Amino acid sequence: MRGGSSGPVIQPGKSGESKLIQMVSGAVEGRIMPPAGARLTSNEIGLLRAWIDQGAVWPVTAKVLTAGPSGSTHWSFQPIVRPGVPSVRKSDWARNPIDAFVLAKLESEGIPPSPEADKRKSVRRVSLDLTGLPPTPGEIEEFLADNRADAYERLVDKKLQSPHYGEKWARYWLDLARYADSDGYEKDNQRPHAWRYRHWVIEALNRDMPFDLFTLEQIAGDLLPDSTVDQKVATGFHRNTLTNREGGVNVEQFRFEQVVDRASTVGTVWLGLTVGCAQCHDHKFDPISQKEFYQLFAYFNTADEVNIEAPLPGERGPYLQAFSDYYAKRHKLLSEYHVTERQPEWERKMLDGAEHPGKWTDLDVAFDTVQKMVDHGERILRTPVAKRSRYEQDAITDHLVEWYAQVVGNKVYKELAFKELQKKLYDLKVSFPDLSQAQTISESSESRKTHVAIRGDYRQNGIEVQPGIPAILHAGPSTQQPTRLTLAQWLISPRNPLTARVMVNRFWQELFGQGIVTTPDDFGAQGAKPSHPELLDWLAAEFMDGGWSMKRMHKLIVMSASYRQSANARPDLDSRDPYNVLLARQTPFRLPAELIRDTALSASGLLYEAIGGKSVQPHQPESVSKLAFGNNDWVKWEDSQGRDRYRRGVYIHFQRTMPYPLLMNFDAPDASVASCRRQRSDTPLQALNLLNDPVFLETAQALAERILREAPGTFQSRLDYGFELCLARKADSNESERLLNYFQKQRAILKQEPQASESLFPVDLAGIDRVEAAAWVGVSRVILNLDEFLTRE
Amino acid sequence: MTFKDFIQIEGRRAFLRDCAGGLGTIALAHLLGVEGRSAETPRQRDSPLAPKAPPLAAKAKNVIFLFMAGAPSQLDLFDPKPELQKWHGKPLPPSMTKDLKLAFIKPTAAIMASPRQFKPYGQCGMEISDYLPQTATCADDMCLVRSMYSDAFNHHPGQSLLMSGSPLSGRPTFGSWLTYGLGSESQDLPGFVVLSSGGGASAGSNNWSSGFLPSTYQGVPFRSNGEPILYLSNPKGVSAATQRASLDALRDVNEHHFKNVGNVEIASRVAAYELAFRMQTSAPELLDFSKESPATLDLYGVNQETTRPYATNCLLARRLVERGVRFVMLAHSSWDDHGELNKNLKKNCDKTDQPVAALLKDLKQRGLLDSTLVVWAGEFGRTPMTQLNRPEEIDSAGRDHHPNCFSLWLAGGGIRGGQVIGKNDELGLNIVEDKVHIHDLHATLLRCLGFDHTRLTYRHMGRDFRLTDVAGNVVQRMLA
Repeated sequence: MRGGSSGPVIQPGKSGESKLIQMVSGAVEGRIMPPAGARLTSNEIGLLRAWIDQGAVWPVTAKVLTAGPSGSTHWSFQPIVRPGVPSVRKSDWARNPIDAFVLAKLESEGIPPSPEADKRKSVRRVSLDLTGLPPTPGEIEEFLADNRADAYERLVDKKLQSPHYGEKWARYWLDLARYADSDGYEKDNQRPHAWRYRHWVIEALNRDMPFDLFTLEQIAGDLLPDSTVDQKVATGFHRNTLTNREGGVNVEQFRFEQVVDRASTVGTVWLGLTVGCAQCHDHKFDPISQKEFYQLFAYFNTADEVNIEAPLPGERGPYLQAFSDYYAKRHKLLSEYHVTERQPEWERKMLDGAEHPGKWTDLDVAFDTVQKMVDHGERILRTPVAKRSRYEQDAITDHLVEWYAQVVGNKVYKELAFKELQKKLYDLKVSFPDLSQAQTISESSESRKTHVAIRGDYRQNGIEVQPGIPAILHAGPSTQQPTRLTLAQWLISPRNPLTARVMVNRFWQELFGQGIVTTPDDFGAQGAKPSHPELLDWLAAEFMDGGWSMKRMHKLIVMSASYRQSANARPDLDSRDPYNVLLARQTPFRLPAELIRDTALSASGLLYEAIGGKSVQPHQPESVSKLAFGNNDWVKWEDSQGRDRYRRGVYIHFQRTMPYPLLMNFDAPDASVASCRRQRSDTPLQALNLLNDPVFLETAQALAERILREAPGTFQSRLDYGFELCLARKADSNESERLLNYFQKQRAILKQEPQASESLFPVDLAGIDRVEAAAWVGVSRVILNLDEFLTRE
Repeated sequence: MTFKDFIQIEGRRAFLRDCAGGLGTIALAHLLGVEGRSAETPRQRDSPLAPKAPPLAAKAKNVIFLFMAGAPSQLDLFDPKPELQKWHGKPLPPSMTKDLKLAFIKPTAAIMASPRQFKPYGQCGMEISDYLPQTATCADDMCLVRSMYSDAFNHHPGQSLLMSGSPLSGRPTFGSWLTYGLGSESQDLPGFVVLSSGGGASAGSNNWSSGFLPSTYQGVPFRSNGEPILYLSNPKGVSAATQRASLDALRDVNEHHFKNVGNVEIASRVAAYELAFRMQTSAPELLDFSKESPATLDLYGVNQETTRPYATNCLLARRLVERGVRFVMLAHSSWDDHGELNKNLKKNCDKTDQPVAALLKDLKQRGLLDSTLVVWAGEFGRTPMTQLNRPEEIDSAGRDHHPNCFSLWLAGGGIRGGQVIGKNDELGLNIVEDKVHIHDLHATLLRCLGFDHTRLTYRHMGRDFRLTDVAGNVVQRMLA
């Protein structure tokens, strides 16, 4: 009612002067609302007039504000009440309460559940779902031989304890956190410290940090009493927003965009609501007003971006040892190239540019560049040198060396040989074992007011707002000064009807291919209704009552008979339940991009299993890097060497404007906003990627070598071993016959092309004929491209 | 029904469910239903790239988007402003620039008159700069819009807005929307192809991203060095015969597995591998210019050093469109002349002018121009003020970003050529008549291709998204 940029729409008591009436009646020439579709009838306009003339009292407002959750009848806003477990006829099928809910629904439809998947399929499924890696032949054998009643549970427990669990389950969370290793936008600078947050996520998941704490630390770890470095690292969640360093960008505009993104992301990730829709106007479908969006925004508006030292164990010793030598060498270089003597004058000029915009165009540009390229560049310039941190001083000096031409012109810049110096400084820095840093947020010392941005435009301030939570949900803790910590506590309150529901739905989606609510990004009025509402609520209650343990929930689900069903298609369900909503079977789905790489590396024995740490840059064709902006210096792709080439997909450096091709070909999200569900497309580019990418040829070669080394003589036993490594089963007679035929044909072709054999299998293997080995590369390549290999069944 | 039939007829059911997006499919089906065609169930349709008729009558079937990344100077190419001579070297009075917001420079910077000569071309008398003598000969086919404006005045957001209708990343680009809406006529090439020359553009892969649409609809960059399509060539040691034998074995083992588990996505995977193999075969033929006449090669300038890269891409664009590819983007960068504008602009014009004109003429003589929409555009324009870094380096003068008014042109399918739309003030600061926003451009282009821009939608994050966001009006005057 307060209206937008053109003022209030209603003058209580004066319908004739109210814009609302003028607009709906078409009193203003050429402007009528609604702009399309049916106009209001004169009867309806009459009602509106009468209401305004009577004072325009909005009764619902008062009710909504005081009544909380009961103000809406929408299912997801209702409190979570643990439902009773239904009784079922075929009660011996159920292994835990989950199954009672699933079976009750199936029985009401008269559909029997599917039989349990065989042991081989089970071990592959559980292994992929919990760790993202296929089972080893040893594990398969052990599981097959284990006839104890709890053999399956033992397998599950083992996988939950594996450090690879954290890597697998970090991935969906990093999708939500829009994690990337670069800024995005034109410059797309690399973020050398981003990985530290990913490292935190993997560790937290491996330790089974309860989800309430997982939330508190990421939303407001810096505000916890006596917060630890790790708790601060967790706030790196909010640092995954894009940063625009393009020259000329308005600094305040992009700070605003970042805060909008932080508020919207929290809405999507914890509430499953599209609160971002209310950036420009009241939400069209859900009871979230634009004012409430900016109240949520206000929690984040006072946070600043801060990088902190966040060393991992073992870093301090080598760092301290090398410190003084590094700085001695650095200062010597800076002095030799006359940077030391030129820097004070340059800094004065930059501040001159800041003080007198428009006076010297070159200084305008140079100062703008400092602001963009150096975090808090202006603040550092205004800090006396003695009071700057070494990081601040180094950053500003490095900037001078890179951009000095802006002030002295290209000719002088060349004479100074600063490009050469830049390279020397870089090489020196790379050799220095510096402490790991982390991107975090912390509360700003300056107070920032928050206003409603009219139409979402940061330049148009509406009314001022305080931090606050949407009225439609439960009330927050009452406190004088609400902070991010208050918000975090509110998110994990047992009275919050959304957080637990949204999260268990995500677990379900990871383990069944789709959620109980198929729109994980939208639990609002426009989203899908849950297929099993009582099951969803039971799981949500169980999640909270179980101390928010994520591993416990994952175990509960994978232990259920519902999860353990065969994924095979059933003709009787084809028309009755084509999308498997009723869960009369498991759902097979193509593995996500990273897991395709991981399974191939693991099966072939190439995988380097180190957990956590920095990002890696596996080889990619040069033509990919060439498409980056202006082939720019900021986006360097330096192929990782040695074992780092074979690290898991979750560690692949994500350059936002130039992502690693495998990731994009297989539907990894672009990390611009929180992604709640990956697409699963099926394209010819994927086929080319898996058939022809040198990385995948290398896995085929390694798999062939592994088969030849580790499996005894006959074709059949070798093929079985290859199948076991990749598919956790042996080849059947039909497959053996077809692949033997292929193998023989390959051998015949390769006999004619000795060079092809050399290329396909460049190593000498004692007792193995080169042509034979090369033909095995062919067989391995076929196995690694099988649909079954790419699919979790 | 054999497995082969299954692949062809039904194989994409699961694909559509998961990728063309359950709801996305419904949105499209709804769209078709509304326009008088029966809504198809996913089961009845096959490939997500199968050609579909648009809901409205359409002249254009394909698009060639000549993307001039970095923002070419309209004041030196398409929008003559003789009045600037009076102000040359002087700043404008503050009264004229009070609302002006520029990227790098301040509004007090000095004015630079264009050193270029303009003269009228064609029957229509369209005024074009002497830097584009060849393009100018096509004036009667071109619809020149001098009154374009954008909301973004930095490159990445500007390019993002031009390509996807939003200054933020993450939305599908025009080519993705189009292949989503129309599919592709080509059975052995991608529906949306990206060709690049010069350096990379600011927005990188965001310029051809499918955003939240399935990756089936993303632009496929054809690379000018190395393999034209990433991973197109067989690895060393794998001959064509080996590749074929491998695919046969793969298909048979997959088929056998399908019989065991009944997962329909297996058929979809087999179909994708077969398409990949056809791409391996057809892409080299596409790139082989040996059957083009010497006259054609000369027309484009394929054999001249200056024009070769862009001429090659223009000729490729024609060949792609002939083969049924829906959307071809030719990105050339960079036109971002903050300095040395006069020199750099000439370089870029020399590289592109002849090939662009050749493309229009060649399409026309082959009868393809009527069904191909050609767009020449950068993400915004440049200022009348100069960005002069140092007085002693006067030749280094350039212009800053200017989103308030800039020029672009359209030709071909559905467009009325030989006309100029829009009028700006005498200094080229602001539009005086017929403002056209990027959203209006998108709405108009979609209309040429048979879509009501408000009805080509995709459900994502609880909302029906469209290329034109919540805005856009078709510019009727542009239409033939």
